[in-house]
Amino acid sequence: MTHDNAAIEVVGLTKSYGDHSVLDGVDLTVPEGTVYALLGPNGAGKTTIVNILSTLLTADEGELRVAGFDVRREPGGVRAAIGVTGQFSAIDELLTGRENLRLMADLAHLDRATATAAVTGMLERFDLADAADRGAQTYSGGMKRRLDLAMTLITRPRLIFLDEPTTGLDPRSRRELWAIVREQVADGVTVLLTTQYLDEADHLADRIGVLDGGRLVAEGTAAELKRRVPGGHVSVQFTDADGLAAAAAAHPDASADLDALTLQLPSDGSVADLRRVLDGLDDDRVDGLTVETADLDDVFLALTGHPAAEQSARTDLEVPA
Amino acid sequence: MSTTQSTGYAIRDSATMLRRNLLHIRRYPSLSIMLVAQPILFLLLFVYVFGGTMGAGLPGQETIGDRGDYLVFIVPGILIMTVASVALGTAIATATDMTTGIIARFRTMDIARVSVLTGHVLGAVIKTGFAVVIVTAFSFLLGFRSDAGPLEWLGAIGLLVLIAFALTWLTVGMGLAADSVETASNTPMFLVLLPFISSGFVPTDAMPAGLRQFAEHQPFTPMINTLRDLVTGAPTDSDLWLAIGWCVLISVLGYLWSRRLFLRVPAK
Repeated sequence: MTHDNAAIEVVGLTKSYGDHSVLDGVDLTVPEGTVYALLGPNGAGKTTIVNILSTLLTADEGELRVAGFDVRREPGGVRAAIGVTGQFSAIDELLTGRENLRLMADLAHLDRATATAAVTGMLERFDLADAADRGAQTYSGGMKRRLDLAMTLITRPRLIFLDEPTTGLDPRSRRELWAIVREQVADGVTVLLTTQYLDEADHLADRIGVLDGGRLVAEGTAAELKRRVPGGHVSVQFTDADGLAAAAAAHPDASADLDALTLQLPSDGSVADLRRVLDGLDDDRVDGLTVETADLDDVFLALTGHPAAEQSARTDLEVPA
Repeated sequence: MSTTQSTGYAIRDSATMLRRNLLHIRRYPSLSIMLVAQPILFLLLFVYVFGGTMGAGLPGQETIGDRGDYLVFIVPGILIMTVASVALGTAIATATDMTTGIIARFRTMDIARVSVLTGHVLGAVIKTGFAVVIVTAFSFLLGFRSDAGPLEWLGAIGLLVLIAFALTWLTVGMGLAADSVETASNTPMFLVLLPFISSGFVPTDAMPAGLRQFAEHQPFTPMINTLRDLVTGAPTDSDLWLAIGWCVLISVLGYLWSRRLFLRVPAK
């Protein structure tokens, strides 16, 4: 990639509430026309970064430039350049879809003819034309999210913040939203995305930053990050603490959870690897085991040495003992 | 230093936000209807339950007053109560609006930020206009008659708009300051009750000393007195300037308070 201009430049960003530090020195550069994904569990500070860069919150410290404007001194310039779609629906549910879009077009100061054309265009493009004159509170989750994004895009922002845009969406709506993001990028728009899903970052982002406890613990392309993450792991459930302790001693690369009586062993999920793991275990002391493919938790285990605080949903294979 | 569009587009953004609020009112009229019903109920209650007795106690009548005289006496107080009632609804509407996600979106846009609030205020003033027309029409239906000419009525309308503007900026602030929609519906209740301790329903002379002093000096009394002069076609006195002064003061303080509450960085 050859991008001369940075759409977002963050150096030494900190934010805390009282004694509780939310962001602890984040550095971030996003070149124009690229997608950057902030990956991390709830509470890692993803939303705080988005809120600060979109002028909703003020930073404690740090040099912040968005779309060439200093976030602290020129918030108006930043606001004129950005569009934000947050985790929580930012639509007016008392208005219809058409009225919501019209509201945004008017606030973007488009002239009457341009606004009308833009509203019609957005309704068509986001598959909302049939529901255009219905109250937005009757919309499904996917429709609300599409309207939300359409409202962000109708103002023609150069830089879009998407804070967990697909959380709570069904797989089809999620793929539709990914397609829309790709279209925007093709038009030269810069996207900063936050997500809890590795596959989402993988599908959309040019670069991924892994955020943990208010710090960027790793950064790179999806391929680079995956190389640092083992293929997956086997999670073994024990009947008692002694069994867990014995197995943990035999596998120094594993991480033990004493409360849940489970041991997580790195594994690529192959039969040979499973056999290696199982051979060392005492049958009577094992309650069950699960084979898990690489997910956010593995990224975290590999990069931070501890599991993500809040785990993402898994689609795994249960193996009865 | 970047020059932002925000200040230049203050009027246009306020008009856009006003349109948004009018759509809300049109789509969900139940709250508005309830707020107009309240002063009408008070009007019926006072005229038909208390009116016969109260009318007889009114001073300054050539003959002993009756129900009809009492109706004429309380119409200005009821109109002020109508304005206060709609203003109370605005506190609820503002607090409700602040719980919705679209407010955060507005905060990230390059618009005149206070337009979110001016939209509420202008919408409420228009709503008050409708409510006042309905309540006035109802008073005429009950037998209210007036010697006021067009100029006096115009003056009355102007004063009511000014009062609505002032009370609405105050209740917008209350709506913003409230930590919940429930709180927002309680704090402005005093505005609906305050007209009772004024010259609105009985002459202040009839009250015991301490209460009378309060009633004579609270802001609603010069407003009601002036309104009474205007709608009955009597010449206005110094209360007119006192009423306008109170309105301007409440508007300015309400505006500054609301603005500060809205522009402050959200806690989370």
